[in-house]
Amino acid sequence: MADAKTAARRKETGRGREGGGLDGLSREELHHLLYQMLLGRRFEEKSAEAYAIGKIGGFLHLYIGQEAVAVGTQAALRPDDYVIDAYREHVQALVKGISARAGMAELYGRIDGCSKGKGGSMHLFSAEHNFMGGWGIVGGQIPMATGIGWAIKYRGEDRVCVCFMGEAAVNQGAFHESLNMAALWKLPVIYIVENNRFGMGTAWERVASLYDISQKANAYAMPSAVADGMDVLDMRRVVLEAVERARKDGTPTLIEARCYRFMGHSMSDPVHGVYRTKEEVEEAKKKDPIRIFIDRLREADLLTDEELNAIDERVQAEVQDAIEFADKSPEPGPEELYRDVYAQIPERGRLFFDSGYRAGKE
Amino acid sequence: MAVKTYREALNDALREEMERDPNVFLMGEEVGLYNGAYKVSKGLLDLFGPKRVVDTPITELGFAGLGVGAAMVGLRPVIEFMTWNFSILAADQVLNSAAKLLYMSGGAFKCPIVFRGPTGAALQLAAQHSQALEGWYAHFPGLKIVTPATPADAKGLLKAAIRDDDPVAVFEGELLYALKGEVPDDEDFVIPLGVADLKREGSDVSIITHGKMLHVALQAAEVLAKDGIEADVLDLRSLRPLDMEAIEATIRKTNRAVYVEEGWPFAGVGAQIATLIQEETFDYLDAPVLRVTQADVPMPYAKNLEKLAKPSVERVVEACNRVLYRKVG
Repeated sequence: MADAKTAARRKETGRGREGGGLDGLSREELHHLLYQMLLGRRFEEKSAEAYAIGKIGGFLHLYIGQEAVAVGTQAALRPDDYVIDAYREHVQALVKGISARAGMAELYGRIDGCSKGKGGSMHLFSAEHNFMGGWGIVGGQIPMATGIGWAIKYRGEDRVCVCFMGEAAVNQGAFHESLNMAALWKLPVIYIVENNRFGMGTAWERVASLYDISQKANAYAMPSAVADGMDVLDMRRVVLEAVERARKDGTPTLIEARCYRFMGHSMSDPVHGVYRTKEEVEEAKKKDPIRIFIDRLREADLLTDEELNAIDERVQAEVQDAIEFADKSPEPGPEELYRDVYAQIPERGRLFFDSGYRAGKE
Repeated sequence: MAVKTYREALNDALREEMERDPNVFLMGEEVGLYNGAYKVSKGLLDLFGPKRVVDTPITELGFAGLGVGAAMVGLRPVIEFMTWNFSILAADQVLNSAAKLLYMSGGAFKCPIVFRGPTGAALQLAAQHSQALEGWYAHFPGLKIVTPATPADAKGLLKAAIRDDDPVAVFEGELLYALKGEVPDDEDFVIPLGVADLKREGSDVSIITHGKMLHVALQAAEVLAKDGIEADVLDLRSLRPLDMEAIEATIRKTNRAVYVEEGWPFAGVGAQIATLIQEETFDYLDAPVLRVTQADVPMPYAKNLEKLAKPSVERVVEACNRVLYRKVG
């Protein structure tokens, strides 16, 4: 996945520097990154199981294979920075701070979910953690991210907003309209394209006149970079540079993170067969970001088998707890049906027009 | 009280709300340096500077969505569409983002944003620039819809919209900007959303309407008065929330109703109002509810055809006579 530039950068990163860590990260910090990646992986494996037995409905888009992008990116952020994403966002949400319990309960459509069960898999939100959704229309979150950047600048803050999207979103007008405004007005937004190669079943080269996504930033005089989305540390390094620029004077950046989706587009989409071969998927899995990271830590004597087992046990327990919590959480009551459609209910004047609402009122 | 134009009343509302709340900013095409395509924002750039009066690229989807993002984190954007016709490009952000944010997030994020601009036909602007889209937007729960018809209502309703915590779409009348009327000077002159206004009182027939068509309705009421027929003219002022109490009151009084609107008939505002009237006040009705709408065609350019397509005083009078079972001429 990595091109020459990213390979060189990785080499530059050095190993075993700074007191036995990597990239300026301590052993504990590195273990935390591994923990986050594993949590994402196990959370999604469990949600796939729950989907198979009908506990989760609707669409379920899994992120398995792309964990390094979420974890590496967010390792470069502060808690008060904003993250907004499309609908393959479970792991981004967990890394931003939404608990596995609140996330799983949302997938289950329960009242203790982070969106009270009214959003589901595609619409995870948390004001507390500055996780701005979970949006279901391809590219729809990009102008909103730009607006969050606008608000940061309006208030003179030094926060940043990270906007994730899949590569297919790059062909939407919303992408181009947003990049133009962000560059024009210097809005501190970091647009990260998770190029997992396929927009549903359509390979990127079948729908893009220009393969190299990072080059699209040139049209808006915006800095850009390519990151190895299978390498958590490379992701972090690239995002750190962008964050520094954004905090300094609001300069936005476009980052293409080259990664790969190991699962189908959603649960109804087979892993391989129609638009990619089994061999291709197996080849990509050799670069599993979690396995790569574990190997790297082991090579640098930064992870023992005991430590790895302890992390994995902790993750498995956390996910098991989330499943049990979600299963026990009540469904939203019928009073939730009309709640939060409007924040402000007028004294006079009708807002709802269906006969069910009127029947409930009588 | 002072006599002001509808345009000046909107300008007052914007200026006063921007002075009152530093989170309010105005964004749109030509709103700053050019003072607004319809001069609604005249002078605001000089008063508030380019940070709060923002000229955008022609990029409706982009700046509408930018507004939604800014509203998510607590700003109060006023997004001007040069006309609502162009909002169709931004519909994803208005309908899929702004209208659904609070609900999908389980109440975590409010979206206090105003989208505003002129709606409906002006004169000979042809099909793409002559659409009344308020009925279409009213279809979507999560949005509030406001349609001021007079200068005073323009000021009071826009101020209420800006102070509201929900996304509010304000549909102004393209031909109303020069209309003059008494406007209160009070900086807290706010007309609550969801309160209709009886603009003329009568007891024989109810003409119910919203927005610019109020003036057609009032002219029709004048014509009818010469014939001894007194019409109640009810201006809804906001479609969501909808003042059903006022509708019910006028039906109980006159037992007959005509709805007048600029939009198309299919699933239009009048269709909704007629349904509510028959569902909830059937026993008070002495005649079917009739509608006067735009002809069910894209707006033609030719002057004579455009006139034929628009709701007219004559057609409103005719509809009133029909619900009164009067034979005229």
